[in-house]
Amino acid sequence: MDGRLITALIVVIGVPAVLFGYIVFTERLIRLAPDRFQERLRPWVWLFPAIAFLTVFLVYPTVYTIYLSFLDKFTKNFIGLDNYIYFFTTSDTLTALRNNAIWLVLLTLFAVGGGLIIAILVDRVRYESVAKSIIFVPLAISFVGAGVIWKFMFDYRPPGQPQTGTLNGILGSVGQDPVPWLLNSPLNTVMLIVVAAWIWTGFCMVILSGALKGISTELLEAARVDGANEWQVFRGITFPLLLPTIAVVATTMVITSLKAFDIVYVMTNGAFDTEVIANRMYKELFAFGQPGRASATAVLLLLLIIPVMAVNIRRFRAQEAMR
Amino acid sequence: MEERTIRWRRASGLLAAVAILAAACSSPGTTASPAASSGASPSAAGSGGESPAASGGQIGGTVTVIGTWGGSEQESFLAMVKPFEDSTGVDVQYTGTRDINTVLSTGVASGILPDVAGLPGPGQLVEWAKAGAIKPLDDVLDTAAYKADTAPALVDLGTVDGKISGIFIKAAVKGLIWFNPEVYKGGEPATWDALTGTSPAPADKLWCIGLESGAASGWPGTDWIEDFVLRQAGPDVYDAWVAGTQKWTSPEIKAAFEAFGSAVSNAYGGSNAVLTTNFGDGGNQLFTSPPGCIFHHQASFITDFFKKQGGAKDGQFDFFRMPDINPSFAGATTGAGDLFGMFNDTPQARALMAYLVTPEAQAIWVERGGALSANTKVTTYPDDISKRSAEILASSKIFRFDGSDLMPVAMNDSFWKAILDYVKDPSQLDSILANLDTVQTSAYGG
Amino acid sequence: MSLERPTELAAVGPRSAVRGRPPVRWGRLALHAVLVILMIVWLLPTIGMLVNSFRPAADVSRTGWWTALSPTAQFTMENYQHVLAQNGLGQAFINSLFITIPATVIPIAVASFAAYAFAWMRFPGRDVLFIIVVGLLVIPLQTTFVPILRLFRDLGIAGDFLTVWLAHTGYGLPFAIFLLRNYMGGLPREVFESAAIDGASPATAFFRLALPMSVPAIAALVIFQFLFVWNDLLVALIYLGAANAPNLPLTVLVANLSNSLGGEWHYLMAAAFLSMALPLLVFFGLQRYFVRGITGGAVKG
Repeated sequence: MDGRLITALIVVIGVPAVLFGYIVFTERLIRLAPDRFQERLRPWVWLFPAIAFLTVFLVYPTVYTIYLSFLDKFTKNFIGLDNYIYFFTTSDTLTALRNNAIWLVLLTLFAVGGGLIIAILVDRVRYESVAKSIIFVPLAISFVGAGVIWKFMFDYRPPGQPQTGTLNGILGSVGQDPVPWLLNSPLNTVMLIVVAAWIWTGFCMVILSGALKGISTELLEAARVDGANEWQVFRGITFPLLLPTIAVVATTMVITSLKAFDIVYVMTNGAFDTEVIANRMYKELFAFGQPGRASATAVLLLLLIIPVMAVNIRRFRAQEAMR
Repeated sequence: MEERTIRWRRASGLLAAVAILAAACSSPGTTASPAASSGASPSAAGSGGESPAASGGQIGGTVTVIGTWGGSEQESFLAMVKPFEDSTGVDVQYTGTRDINTVLSTGVASGILPDVAGLPGPGQLVEWAKAGAIKPLDDVLDTAAYKADTAPALVDLGTVDGKISGIFIKAAVKGLIWFNPEVYKGGEPATWDALTGTSPAPADKLWCIGLESGAASGWPGTDWIEDFVLRQAGPDVYDAWVAGTQKWTSPEIKAAFEAFGSAVSNAYGGSNAVLTTNFGDGGNQLFTSPPGCIFHHQASFITDFFKKQGGAKDGQFDFFRMPDINPSFAGATTGAGDLFGMFNDTPQARALMAYLVTPEAQAIWVERGGALSANTKVTTYPDDISKRSAEILASSKIFRFDGSDLMPVAMNDSFWKAILDYVKDPSQLDSILANLDTVQTSAYGG
Repeated sequence: MSLERPTELAAVGPRSAVRGRPPVRWGRLALHAVLVILMIVWLLPTIGMLVNSFRPAADVSRTGWWTALSPTAQFTMENYQHVLAQNGLGQAFINSLFITIPATVIPIAVASFAAYAFAWMRFPGRDVLFIIVVGLLVIPLQTTFVPILRLFRDLGIAGDFLTVWLAHTGYGLPFAIFLLRNYMGGLPREVFESAAIDGASPATAFFRLALPMSVPAIAALVIFQFLFVWNDLLVALIYLGAANAPNLPLTVLVANLSNSLGGEWHYLMAAAFLSMALPLLVFFGLQRYFVRGITGGAVKG
């Protein structure tokens, strides 16, 4: 027991120390090189630890996944594009594709929009840290816990019976019939996205709030002194300065919606047309024994992200040019 | 440790900065070397037929077990292996998880496996035994005693290519009709028609049905369909259907869906309630006042839910066997069980497998409640209900294993979904069944 | 490196100017109303479970949690007692800490160097490389299990805590680099230029300027990475479950409080609250780094 705690301590202090030593040491070495090589060499030395980790844990498995996507279920025979054709000719996966599009639009809108509004509002009140903590709570709950929590939100009992679900309890108190929230498409997908937004809004809020705190207050005050109203201050100063960070959280939420899995798996497992790509992939991979089809699905996810990344490239170049 | 350090050096090209440090301090964190056990050569265990557990010898060491059991099931399993640990000195390290499919399928692909595992179903047993991941047990068990004490149907399910590869830890009997004796006093109906003709009074509806079960929603409906197929069309159609050679659109299977559909149309709360009620709460309306419905179709394990979630007291629930439908198949029963397989051939794993099939071991769980034994020598049932369930299992003339568990997982998954879709909109039955036929073509292939 | 150092660089504004003062009084009222409603909406689901976690399971199945307000409602501590009495709970908790802390520190340390290089060094292929790094975010972790597990097996470290530390580092890096690069990229160029003129090396500029000025972003990352690892079930289960079960974290034990049929889930409610306590403490503890002024003037004005 003690040995393990000591190990943890060594790792926690040791790894940053080793990295520090690595940078200082390599900096000495780089200094020995001619000037024009220094500039070329240094970035790679700094990037090396990250690239090494990424190569082993993400790039190498991805290359393997791409390879598998052309093989049959026994991962032996080459079958060309069959796995991809399967994806685009099966109704379940096409439903999943449609649902992911809904996820992408709504979750990004809810979580980024909600996070931004809350970050801006809490900035103006004295109980900011309490409010932020409350919005943040869902993020701290594990998916097992979240599944149980939302079961109590969506629970349905036949009309006339005492309701056990919070939402139907509220409906009942205003004389409405209970609604089976997770049965009817597309309401059920929207309700699942609401759960995701409940979780991820806190995430967006924390990052956006951090960026908001970085905006110089004199700037805002100066604008106000010049007679700008709050909306003009937001439009003219706050929003443009937050834009890079908004792009970061929006990109993260787009990726989160493409990868949406846990909530769907726990609550419906894709029943009643709530299927999503990642849940489908999970089933093919671990339950159905179809690593090839699962891999093709994963590769398609990778392709879907390319446009989002292209937008990011342009944004970074713009940031570069500005500063 | 020395060897590990050497290997580390070899691999350290990529992880230089972290690796040296980590290798230096990884040893205190790991007690046993887990990779060593998975790489153990079968020869280490020898080929002796006699199991060490039977001779009560001290073995020591550990055996890792992964299963799906959690909560009170986990407690019962640990109680079951306690005498084994005491007599052999082997430490049984049990991990329970519902992600067993994920753990085992990645394990089979990578070679990192528990010594012994509960298997998701007979389908995976066959697949992994054929792949050589699951080791045969013929020289591990006392084969003669095992075959003599175990229901032949269960022995067959655990046998792959003529070799015993999987054993049953416990069993459950399906197709029981539960009722509240304070409400329903009509006794056991002789026929299915007599049962469905029963007046639901004082309730409005005859059936209590709950199909929700998180990621596995729909499975209680598959039990209904299986019972209808077996009782209406008989074991040959059932076997062909499970094996993927009987079309879902065939009249026999369609009739089973329709019979289930007519039960649903006479179910408490209508289809919305049937679809959203958790199966564990499915029987709750038997015990309300006034009751919402009077019969509940479920396997033998449900009594625990009656008591914990339905608020029922002992004596408030009882059952009879689901009546026969076609007289030529009288006495047909469905059931299920928990399969175990051995992935690593170690002396500890062998001893544990040999121990688990013994009546002494299986009696422990049975006496704790919630399980029937796969071993016919076990008769120490704690109450009347489990004793009668066990008798049904033992005396059934035609016994068939839970069909959906035997189907390929992709088929089973679509079966669950089909149940839900059918209950939601019964008019779509033909297209639902046609879709199942499409899945059947691809799921069984190769 | 001291966290306090950046304050001397901070363009310190008058503290009172922090909060805007909308001219109209009812604007403030509306602001408070909106926030209070939002807080209630966000808390409602959790409160429902909190109340239910103290109710007998049979009551939870039959009546809504709000009926617990009635005088006849029954309460029980049984769920909490059951969870706290679990065998191996303490061990699993320590395992969780033991997994989470290194798996939080390592990726952030590694990412900060890479983020700085991406933000402030010029080299061919930088944008493409960066996009690839961020694009890796979309890789479903499940597809990495088999190849990585094989690698661990070949290295002979399957089942070690080291495997989860390394894996979580790899999995956590893309987002960490993404966020930090964005934050560091927004730091004012003049600061680094004047440091360079004073003869500071890139290493000095990084340790003395970039890192301290990025404290809010790092604090946010610490929180997220801590949370993800703390609440992770699958990664730990795959890398530790089959090979070395005694190393498994709290999440695996918690998920297994319910049985294979999904019964006994009422214990999950109590367990969910107990296991979220620590991440919330981390959040509260790090909140003080989210105040204005710590990187004052960091964003170009």
